[in-house]
Amino acid sequence: MSTRKPGSKELPIGAVVTKSSMEYETGDWGVEKPQIDLEKCTQCTLCHYFCPEGAITVNDDGYPEVQNNYCKGCGICAEECPVKCIEMVRMK
Amino acid sequence: MSELNLKQASRKPEGLASGHRLCAGCAHSIVVRMILKATRGPTIATSATGCLEVATSIMPYSSWNIPWIHNAFENAAATASGIEAAWQAMRKKGKGPLAKYETLDVIAFAGDGGTYDIGLQALSGALERGHDFTYVLLDNEAYMNTGIQRSGGTPFAAATTTSPAGRVIPGKKEWKKPIDEIVIAHGIPYVATLNAAWPMDVMRKSRKAFEVDGPTFLHAFIGCPRGWRYPMEKTISLSRLATQTCMFPLYECTLEEGRPVYKLSGPSAAIARRPASKKPVEEYLMSQGRFQHLFRPEKRDDLLDSIQAWVDHNWEILLEKAGV
Amino acid sequence: MSAKQILMGLNGDESVAYATKQVNPDIVAAYPITPQTIIVEKYSEYVADGEVDSEFVAVESEHSALSSCVGASAAGARAFTATAANGLALMWEITFIASGLRLPIVMAIVNRSVGGPINIHNDHSDSMGARDSGWIQIHCENSQEVYDASITAWRMAEHPDVLLPVMVCLDGFTLSHTMENVLTLPDKVVSDFVGEREFITVEGHMGETELRLNPEVPLTFGPVDLQDYYFEHKLHQIEAMKQAFKVIPEIDAEYAKVSGRSYDLLHPYRMEDAEVALLGLGSTMGTVRHTVDQLRDEGVKAGLVKMRVFRPFPSSELVDALKDIPAVGVLDKSLSLGAPGGPLYEETKAALYHLPKKPLIANYIHGLGGRDTGPQLIRGVFESLLEIKDKGEVGDPMNYVGARP
Repeated sequence: MSTRKPGSKELPIGAVVTKSSMEYETGDWGVEKPQIDLEKCTQCTLCHYFCPEGAITVNDDGYPEVQNNYCKGCGICAEECPVKCIEMVRMK
Repeated sequence: MSELNLKQASRKPEGLASGHRLCAGCAHSIVVRMILKATRGPTIATSATGCLEVATSIMPYSSWNIPWIHNAFENAAATASGIEAAWQAMRKKGKGPLAKYETLDVIAFAGDGGTYDIGLQALSGALERGHDFTYVLLDNEAYMNTGIQRSGGTPFAAATTTSPAGRVIPGKKEWKKPIDEIVIAHGIPYVATLNAAWPMDVMRKSRKAFEVDGPTFLHAFIGCPRGWRYPMEKTISLSRLATQTCMFPLYECTLEEGRPVYKLSGPSAAIARRPASKKPVEEYLMSQGRFQHLFRPEKRDDLLDSIQAWVDHNWEILLEKAGV
Repeated sequence: MSAKQILMGLNGDESVAYATKQVNPDIVAAYPITPQTIIVEKYSEYVADGEVDSEFVAVESEHSALSSCVGASAAGARAFTATAANGLALMWEITFIASGLRLPIVMAIVNRSVGGPINIHNDHSDSMGARDSGWIQIHCENSQEVYDASITAWRMAEHPDVLLPVMVCLDGFTLSHTMENVLTLPDKVVSDFVGEREFITVEGHMGETELRLNPEVPLTFGPVDLQDYYFEHKLHQIEAMKQAFKVIPEIDAEYAKVSGRSYDLLHPYRMEDAEVALLGLGSTMGTVRHTVDQLRDEGVKAGLVKMRVFRPFPSSELVDALKDIPAVGVLDKSLSLGAPGGPLYEETKAALYHLPKKPLIANYIHGLGGRDTGPQLIRGVFESLLEIKDKGEVGDPMNYVGARP
């Protein structure tokens, strides 16, 4: 990662923001990540809604996909999954 | 306008991007993501100073995929008033990019400090003037961003850093301010309470708030693992318990022929039908560190009883208002 | 070729309201406070009678007035407000935000003392209290200047090299409630002169777009700006103030072409060979000019420097105007309690510091809480300056003109 920060002349007037927080990955905040057993998943999408990070997206087939680079490991998805198909697993 | 059901809305682009710096397990982004999924189209938002604002806009990064402005702490409603007035003026004059929008969802997000306390005047003024905007109160029941100080929205007996559970005084001495009633008394067309545990209810009410002309008010329950001291994975289950104990009932209030008409929402309506299903408030309190002094070193039945009585009393009043 | 103009009898507040009606901003958000009330009353009438199509937002406080203007201006609207004294004090927090977010809001300040104890009359303690907030400040001597500045302010604020909010300052009651002859331009000339608000293009987090809240390309305004970026954004404002030195005279020159009335950052009067001179702001300058004429008739080489633009502070113009004057008196209509002197005095001294040969300078605080400063008092100030000049030393520089010791 580059550490050089832009000088005032490189920054937009109005102090508006220049980058999306999608460039700021929060995946290293947590120690556990969800592992989803898709065979048990009923595609209810609740994990997508309950994820504070928006780190569980729903793919074209209607199944959840975890974006580990944003997941902070809170475990709400595993706690709330109605069919208990999500498990929090310690990452190496 | 996207159809509002869980499956459809799950594919809708996020209004609030990942990479924000809210605490793990914080309910702010859960609720805000749901609300933004319910917008009808063009949207402009403003946030009062607070956790949501701080964690989503740290220069040079922004999590806002919609136009967004932070002005100050006490003026979210006034800032939104200006945005809405600008849109109205530009529509009238046929000027600038906002002129073409038939609808513009103008949203003001503010916390309990920014609503019950420092922002109440600006909120009242904006409601009285009748701006077409939606005010979202994100109520985590204390000034969390500055380190968990008590607000007018902090419940009775909760320990905060300015209402600590001391040897003499057991947490906050005052009851939570009835903000919804204060707002409803302004005679605005739509008020609703939101709980993240019921996503469809959150999105349906949000959509309704956007659709109704004039000022609308959404009061969202926001669990705070850090400030309330509970495990981060419990945010949704604890929120659910808040409604199941009637600590935070879910309802809507519309204005019909000039009268407020209350209607209980799903989970609260179910309790009204089956009063025995109402859970004791102790169950909700005991799972949070901020209420631990009610249970240890000795159980404070006097305080627990008065909290239960307060909940029962308010629930009864709500049932009466809802004609149940 | 200047336009055919209509002579109207207007007080200062009406001059603001009438000029603003001709500008027809998108929103006016304001809260009544004496002596600004005539502005909001007149503007409400214009709105009620359909003479403008501005949205009038009758807010519940000055804090919300400026907050609404911030929201509206960020959404691309021309936003106007007006206040005085405690109203400006209540807005104080938002004055910094408006300029920090580079929102070209125009605000009339009907100068009134900030108590306590409460006083509704004129001095400059309100706008002086906001002097470091990043707003351009124009101080008016009479209603004509008020009218003209209420038009040109928009062009200064919205200039792409500036993008700073502007305060048009007029003395409470002395100007706000005093009827004067004002030459007014036809509506069309004013609307052509102010044109449409310009927008600069910026590269935001979702792409290149105009600097405004627009759902097509969202921008984030007012982020959390910490140790690593805040300072650079302040450099932007410093640069904008520098640019204002260039832009303000350009706009004034353009306005002179349509109105026939010329303005400058500073207005020296009979300064060529002056031995004693007064520097000041606002309506007192008319009284000083009258006294200068009298003294000149008596053979006293008196002069006047009226500062019209106080922010940005025109240091180099001030040096040019004062460098050869033996004794200079600075008229301050506000206090900086605990400081060595009034704000205009201190800044003037700072501006002259690098001169090898400096004028003798004394500070004359006057008019606090609306205390009348008539020609006799000004004559006394000149006499005191003549004494300083003759003695070759200032002694105690602080003088409180017209106050009972």
